Formats: sequence, C-alpha cells, structure tokens
Amino acid sequence: MPTTETFNDHVVRRFLLASAVWGIIGMLVGMYLAAELAWPFWNFDVPFLAFSKLRPDHTFGVIFAFGGSALMGTCYYSVQRTTHARLAWGPLADFTFWGWQLICVMAMVSMPLGLTQSKEYAEPEWWIDIFIAVVWVSFGAVFFATLARRRIQHIYVSNWYYGAFIIAVALLHIVNNLAIPVSMSKSYPIYSGAVDAMVQWWYGHNAVAFFLTAGFLGMMYYFVPRQAKQPLWSYRFSIVNFWALISIYMWAGSHHLMYTALPDWVQSVGMAFSLVLLMPSWGSAANGLFTFNGSWHRVKTDPAAKFMVLALVFYAAATLEGSTMAIKSVNSVSHYTDWTIAHVHAGSLGWVAMITIGSLYAMAPRALGRPAMHSHKGMEVHFWLHLSGTLVYVASMWLAGVTEGAMWRATSPDGSLTYSFIDSLITIKPLYIFRWFGGVLIWLGMWVMAWNLWFTAADARLHIIKPVPVPVPEPVADQLPPPLPATA
Amino acid sequence: MAYRHFEFIEKHVWLLGILIAIMVSLGGLAEITPLFVEANKVQPAEGVKPYAPLRLAGRDIYVREGCYLCHSQMIRALRFETQRYGPYSTASESVYDRPFQWGSKRTGPDLARVGGKYSDEWQRLHLVSPRRVVPASNMPDYPWLAKATIDGTDLQARMRVLVRLGDPYSEADIAAAPEAVAGKSELDALVAYLQGLGVDNVPHAPAAAASSAPAGATR
Repeated sequence: MPTTETFNDHVVRRFLLASAVWGIIGMLVGMYLAAELAWPFWNFDVPFLAFSKLRPDHTFGVIFAFGGSALMGTCYYSVQRTTHARLAWGPLADFTFWGWQLICVMAMVSMPLGLTQSKEYAEPEWWIDIFIAVVWVSFGAVFFATLARRRIQHIYVSNWYYGAFIIAVALLHIVNNLAIPVSMSKSYPIYSGAVDAMVQWWYGHNAVAFFLTAGFLGMMYYFVPRQAKQPLWSYRFSIVNFWALISIYMWAGSHHLMYTALPDWVQSVGMAFSLVLLMPSWGSAANGLFTFNGSWHRVKTDPAAKFMVLALVFYAAATLEGSTMAIKSVNSVSHYTDWTIAHVHAGSLGWVAMITIGSLYAMAPRALGRPAMHSHKGMEVHFWLHLSGTLVYVASMWLAGVTEGAMWRATSPDGSLTYSFIDSLITIKPLYIFRWFGGVLIWLGMWVMAWNLWFTAADARLHIIKPVPVPVPEPVADQLPPPLPATA
Repeated sequence: MAYRHFEFIEKHVWLLGILIAIMVSLGGLAEITPLFVEANKVQPAEGVKPYAPLRLAGRDIYVREGCYLCHSQMIRALRFETQRYGPYSTASESVYDRPFQWGSKRTGPDLARVGGKYSDEWQRLHLVSPRRVVPASNMPDYPWLAKATIDGTDLQARMRVLVRLGDPYSEADIAAAPEAVAGKSELDALVAYLQGLGVDNVPHAPAAAASSAPAGATR
C-alpha cells in the first residue's frame, strides 16, 4: 500500500540528537586543547589528557562524530524527500546509527589511551577501521537502495553529492588503512616512508574533499533551495561543478607535501590541480548564493538562512585561501604553521559547522513535528556567538601563522637566522589565548542550540508526533527542462 | 555532452554510481601508482639498517604518544630550513618508517636531525619536564615514560610483522631483541630513538660503515 507510506524520520531524529551531543563534546575537547597550548599546566601530567594524546579526539569528534552524524541524518532526511520514497531497509538504517555511535565511542576512548596509527584523521586502530568499513558499506546500501526505489525518475543533485561522498570515503578509508595487525593495540601500515606520506595525504586531503565538502554540499543543495523557498539558481551549472569537483579534488592531495622528499612532479601536479579546483568550488558557492536571489529578505528574519549564507561565503573564502596556500611559494611560508590551523577552521567552523547548523535548524522542526524551532531568539544568539567566535579564532590563528612563517625565514644581514624557534612560540602565545576565547564563544553557541533542540523536541520525547506521509507524485511523461532560448 | 546524456546518467543510479567511482579514482591512480613504483625503488642508504630493537620500541612510543602532532621530521628543501635544521630530508631516510613521521605542524621544532644535538641527559629531563630546560615551552610533561618498561616479547611480535612487510631483520636479530631491551624504560627507548634521528638513517662515512656499530646504539 504505497499510498499510506510514511517517511522514516525516527532514525533522522536520532542522528540529529547525536550530532548535537557530539558537537558539544568535540568542541569541548578542542577548547581544552587550545587551553593546553596557551597554558601547559592543563596537561596535568595525566597521560590521556596530554595534548598529543587528546588531539585526535577533537578531530575525530568534530569531523566524524559531529559531522558524520549530521551528514548521515540529513542524508536520510533529504534522500526520502527528493525521491518520494521511504528509506529502504529500516533495520539496517538503525544499525548504521548504533554502529556509528559505537565507533565514535570506541575511537574516542581508545585514541587517548595510545591506540593510534598516527595517521592524521585516520588514527583509530585496525579493528575499529574494520567496523567503520562495515557500517559505511551499510550506510551506502541504505542510501543506494533508497535511490533504487525512488518514485521520481530524476535523481536530484543533492543525492549525487551524498553518493560521491559515500563511494569516495569508502575507497579512501580502505586504501589508507591497509595494515598488518600485531595485537589489538598495534598495527603497521603496508606502506612506508614517502609512499605512506602520499597515501596518507591523498586520504587526508580527500577526507576534507569528500567528507567535509561533497557531503556538506549535498546538504547545501537540498536545504538552501528549501530555506530560500526558491529552485536552485542553475541546475546546469551544478552538473558542471559536480563532475569537475569530484574528479579534480582527488589530484590535489600532494599540496600537503610541498618541498618535501616527495618527487617534484607530484608536488607540481598537486599545485596545478589545486588552482583549477577553485573554479568548481566557487561555482558551487555561487550557485548556492544566487539561489537566494529574490529572497534575500529572508536572511533578515530567518536565522537558518543566515547560517547558510554565511556558510557559503566562508566556503568561497576558505577555498580561495586553500588554492592560494597550494601555490608553492605561499606554501613555503604557511606550511607547518598555525596558518594551516586558521585555514582548516575557516573551512570547518565557517563552512561545515554553519551549513550543518543552518540545515539542522531547517530540518529539526519538520522532523520533530513542530511549526518552528522553540526559540527564534536562541537561534539569533547562536548565530552571533558562532560568527564572532569563528572570526576571533581564524583571525588569531592567521596572525600567528603568518608571524611564525615570517620569523622562521627571517635572516639577519650577515645571512644567519634572526630568530630561534622558541622566539616564534613566545611571540604567538597571546594569540593562543585569543584562539581559546574564540573557541569558548563557539562552544557556548552549541549549548544554546542543544537547549533549543531539546525544547523543540518536547513532542517527540512524549511520542506524540505524527509520521509524515510520503507524497506520491503524478507520473510525468517527460522531465526534460525547456530548451534554452535560441540565440540569434 | 548534450544535456540528454547527463539526463540519462541522472536517471540511472547504477550508472551514476559507476561514473562517480571512475571519476574519483583517476587522480589517485595517476599520482599514487607511479609513485608507488618509483618510491618502492627507493632504497635505504648504504649501511643503513632497520631500527634496532630499543629504537624500534622508541619509535612506537613516539607514535603512541602522538609526538607527530607537534613535531615534523621533514626538513624542506628551502634555505632557511636547511640553515636551521641541517641538510634537507630525502626519501631514503624514511624507508623504515611505518607509518611515515613527516608531520604537518610545528608547534615544536623539526626533529629529522635532532640526534646528537643534545645530550641523553638533556633529552630525559626535557621529556619528563620540558619547562625545566626550556622555560617558555608549551610541551606537555611525559613523566610516565620513565616508569614503564619495554616488553621484549611484544617487541619480537612487532619485528615479525615488520619482516612480513619486508624489513630485513634476521631470526638472530629477533631472538636478541628481548635482551637488548631488558630493564630499559620507555624513556630510554624514546631517547635512543631521538638520538638516532638523522644519524642512523643517513649514509655513513665508509670508515664508520666498516666498524658497523649496530643501528640505534646511543652515543
């Protein structure tokens, strides 16, 4: 009886909750780490609190726990709406939820205890990696099976991005984590030295590309037109950007290894593709922003739209910065410094977190059976806390990075180096305090969001929300868009 | 491609999936495959042996403690780098590094050639309590390293896995490992590892190679 089918929003609501909780945990760890860098006594001589042990918990916590939960939740939400079909394989979808939460807990407990592969953003040991692969394949199965049972012939653009995100992350995760275990707590990767470096940064860069960009672009392509209440600015433009983005990104990983022992041609290819990458990146940002043409007044009154617009602006800014930093001469200044940290956080706090928060504010009332979020003012407060925190954070780390880059290369007239290494650390220490303060603002904003979601979910907690019925579309004979006007 | 070609792709999920998989594979194949062939040909310099047992234990402690998050081991081919840290790093120096330890951030200085720059005693003091020797440092203390000892049997298991991956340890090397680390603390191992960086993994002078001190012996 397809006419009585309802959307499976149950699993979506769980991911929504998990995302809020992990956001607070992941950012708390980040804030704590920032405090450790500014005031080292926060390490307390406790092994699992030492900066070097705790840092993977911040990156894993915000990227995979917070971002991953948000991505899977919004993916399940939007794929049902864009295909007019209920999520396929409900129990498997539940498994992806519980499996992913278990993975996040296992990773975040084991890494500070020293169980690490020491590959950035791929630290969890082999047995967690196997579990990640299983849950990820299940996620892909649920997603593609839902697409297969769609009632709308055409697959909407947000689903291309979610699809690319799922396929590419599976590929990256498996290739980068190939290792031979010694015991439960130790394994050695099958690659060594320069090959390992290349594989790791192919993974590391494309984790950014496909986890933090393609996935969130999927979110953007669904929720931005939804919130602007207008169709996408250019559908054709999104086709060009999609195929260009997913194919070019994969070439650019070697820009993380400029001037290193990696063969020179790989560095040059990485730089060239990083520059080309600016075009599809700006294309996607422009497509999102132009979608607001004609409804810019919404930005004044709708905090979710405000988050989305700022997210797209930060996306454009961070991708311009990224392409610039991939130029070898710029990279010689920025590499190894806090400029990299500034760039990452402009992308993650500005683009990723803002598009996520905007989408959560857009999705939550609908998934929780409410007309609107509990508190409009709460969303406004969150917006200003998040924006000011991000600006303080990025500005202080940018300044710190440029200072380090300049001091490390400064030479005196006699040709000797002007500064010792510790001089640069002493100079930027006040900026580490500013950075911590920026983090505090952002973290407080996350609490405001959690409070707001909690009260928006009042009905859901009492199990009195009605399931949303799936609309069954009229069959459409031909879905071709009208031909372009003939040019003279 | 005309729009109708894209329309065909966008109406067939299997085709969309396959094309995505192809497009995302191209870059990796083009860059990693030749590199894999090329870099696998990179051999350690004449006379450079895989990590001696104590240094191997030290390397794994370096990994476990997350040192790579604040220290690079990759001196770039730039003048101000070589001036500060010594000759630029080459691919042959890290052939025995699983995983690679080139790093991505310098909250502290590069360590690729730190071996021999400071005394063993300085390294111990600095690891246990960095601010006693560098007052402005923001490095965490690692006092627990001095209390823990190295497990020789576990180390043998690690060496066997490395043999499977191609590291040239002999059966005699593996058999002698527990003795080499007997009674040593994790701090001893980490200091031995650090003191060999840029020393044990670079070409030795012919005379030094002839005397062939076991790789990783601290001086």
